[in-house]
Amino acid sequence: MNALLTWLTDGANWSGEDGIPHRILQHLEYSLVAVLIAAVIAIPLGLFIGHTGRGRFAVVNAAGAARAIPSLGLLFIAVLVLGPRLAGDAAFIVPCEIVLVVLAIPPILAGAYAGVEEVDPATRDAAKGMGMRGFEVLTQVELPCALPLIFSGLRSGTLQVVATATIAATAGLGGLGRFLIDGLSVRDFGQMAGGAVLVAVLALAVDVVFAVVQRYAVSRGLTGRFGRRRVAPALAPDPALQSTH
Amino acid sequence: MIRFDSVSKAYPDGTVAVGGLDMVAPTGKITVLVGPSGCGKTTSLRMINRMIEPTEGRIWVDDRDTATMNAAELRRGIGYVIQQAGLFPHRTIVANIATVPLLLGWDKKKARARALELLERVGLPASFANRYPSQLSGGQQQRVGVARALAADPPVMLMDEPFSAVDPVVREQLQDEFLRLQGDLGKTIVFVTHDIDEAIKLGDQVAVLRVGGKLAQLADPAHLLAHPVDDFVADFVGRDRGYRGLGFQTAPALPLQAEPTVRLGATADEVRASGASGDWLLVTDDNRKPLGWIQPSRITASVESAGLHRGGTIASVNGSLRTALDAALSSPSRRGVVVDETGAFAGTVLGQQVLAAIESSARPPATDAHLAGSAT
Amino acid sequence: MTWFTDHFSDVLTLTGKHVYLAGVPLILGLIIAIPLGWLARRYKVLYAPLIVGTGLLYTIPSLALFILMPVFIGTRILDPLNVVVAMTIYTVALLVRTVADGLGAVPESVNQSATAMGFNRVRRLFTVELPLAVPVISAGLRVAAVSNVSIVSVAAIIGVPQLGSLFTDGFRRNFTDPIVVGIIACVLLAVMFDVVILAFTRLITPWQRVRRAV
Repeated sequence: MNALLTWLTDGANWSGEDGIPHRILQHLEYSLVAVLIAAVIAIPLGLFIGHTGRGRFAVVNAAGAARAIPSLGLLFIAVLVLGPRLAGDAAFIVPCEIVLVVLAIPPILAGAYAGVEEVDPATRDAAKGMGMRGFEVLTQVELPCALPLIFSGLRSGTLQVVATATIAATAGLGGLGRFLIDGLSVRDFGQMAGGAVLVAVLALAVDVVFAVVQRYAVSRGLTGRFGRRRVAPALAPDPALQSTH
Repeated sequence: MIRFDSVSKAYPDGTVAVGGLDMVAPTGKITVLVGPSGCGKTTSLRMINRMIEPTEGRIWVDDRDTATMNAAELRRGIGYVIQQAGLFPHRTIVANIATVPLLLGWDKKKARARALELLERVGLPASFANRYPSQLSGGQQQRVGVARALAADPPVMLMDEPFSAVDPVVREQLQDEFLRLQGDLGKTIVFVTHDIDEAIKLGDQVAVLRVGGKLAQLADPAHLLAHPVDDFVADFVGRDRGYRGLGFQTAPALPLQAEPTVRLGATADEVRASGASGDWLLVTDDNRKPLGWIQPSRITASVESAGLHRGGTIASVNGSLRTALDAALSSPSRRGVVVDETGAFAGTVLGQQVLAAIESSARPPATDAHLAGSAT
Repeated sequence: MTWFTDHFSDVLTLTGKHVYLAGVPLILGLIIAIPLGWLARRYKVLYAPLIVGTGLLYTIPSLALFILMPVFIGTRILDPLNVVVAMTIYTVALLVRTVADGLGAVPESVNQSATAMGFNRVRRLFTVELPLAVPVISAGLRVAAVSNVSIVSVAAIIGVPQLGSLFTDGFRRNFTDPIVVGIIACVLLAVMFDVVILAFTRLITPWQRVRRAV
């Protein structure tokens, strides 16, 4: 415990390239890039599959299958296979980012798909019957109604990526995971524990930010947030949507 | 006007939902499609706005073949109300109602103003405007659904069991208000229901469909009740046909007897002095509106509201033979209470007198068209 | 491949350790989650704090939790107990919500008729509510099992031997074979857990089986 506090309060650890702020930024950067790319791929795909009903089988099983694959193994394989073909830092960053994207896709895809699928068939029927074309039904009705679950999927995916990025430090990626790995190799428990605490706090902070954004971005008509009887659901992300750590 | 021209719908697995339907839904009238499960009534309705495409035949809306029109544009010109309302949960009530106008490109202010106007028209308070559907009851949501369908003022409205998902009390209110609204608006309406009583109450004409989507009979409600074309229709229309048919016959001037009455709050002495003969005495309020009956022998102190027998229904001088007969049947004194146009007591009528009026009145004639059934 | 056949016994040993590290927390987690889930359902006030609290625990990345365990339970870093405790925490986090939802899915009419017949609360819980909640809980358990198998492999970083050691080993020696074997073994193990739990569930819910036979 003492070692942990000593390390956290040591000024030297707060500056420079190996310093805490830089590592935090790195971690966030790697994570956000992966989530963005995954979202760009998975959200439209999920919306499409939910709207047309084609490819359901693949989606329903994708999230389950992804959960079974150990992320550490994937990271190592990616670096070993792709690393030699790339130069410098990219040898580590690119394979790791690819794995992060691949791991983030299933929860986001599942969220987008489930969100669209859950839209009340009567609502869809009414929208079409009023004269909305397919695309209009999707953007004006299905997408807004699917937002809660899309956010849920994004939240799970982001936490997934933040956690895996931590592990990716062993594969050469930077970020907060470095403290855990470096501390381990030199038996500096203060550093290890410090890094662990920082990662935990970062993950929680990201989760809270998502919760806040979700609360204000989703229509009140959907969440039932009228200050009366109903409690706002999804205060915590559904762990079942998250794949692995 | 909507015209079905040999319209059929067959599915790849062989089921025939609608088989060669020919009929006309006249402009400005309510045409009700009714029949047992599997008779193709909902399918027929949904073929009008091409939510389902016919496999054969054509449908004409105001002399335009629907198959030649762009489906989305066709639907923007037709109001569509479904059983569960299908309101957009993520939009406010006002935004829901304004959907089609906004789709058509109306100015936002104009669309909103129109939505507020319709909100009032369907009997909802203006305070509901910024609420969300989840905050409204089933009956209220249905009203919003109707308002939404009316927003762009379409000449044609399609309604698929719109009042079936609410409880009977609310359903009756919605039906009455719907009739009032139609009285003001005069739209061409095609209405689907499985409830024959609703069909008879609401329809200007009723189309009874058989399983397999064939038209069994197309007639106005009075003729349907009086002259069902075959056993299927007769069974479907149900029992008490004669009695229900009376609802469509206005009572001729019925002989009314005068009747002693007392006011609410009268004392026992006034009751005795009223000259009541027999067991029952009618009680009215200060405006001569009948409130109920009392038994004079039981009054010890004064006539109280709690002691009134309210079992009897009240008929109107302009009402139907059915309400007159029911007033006589349900009254504890066997004397049916009749009121005038203002609701003030006009006199009583006996069951025998109503029956005499019934027997001397003409039944609706059966014409060839009504007997023919499927051909129009 | 030859590497696999050469090191078969090693892989088997590691698999055994992996089963222990993933499976024991599964059982412990379930045992702890059931009363917690019941509490969350029984006392509405507790639902939000319990679910949110456990959800937050699940948010903490696995490596961080493994490393911080010694701080909380006073073990050494290499102790497999760290992994077992951490995995139990994750399992509980995942299952509390599942148990609460599973119990909530039992139709209220069933509960009321049981009470009307004279079941007291405890008896009703064990003979009526839990059995009927089994399908939902089992689904959550399968998710937890698959998840656990995958997360345990991360413990190789802190030196705890299990299938994940194949990953760190292979990476250190720049050798893909053990890594591939490790991934396949993990996936197979996860599938096995899934199948076993599913089979057990079918066994104890004969009414579900009959319905499917119709």
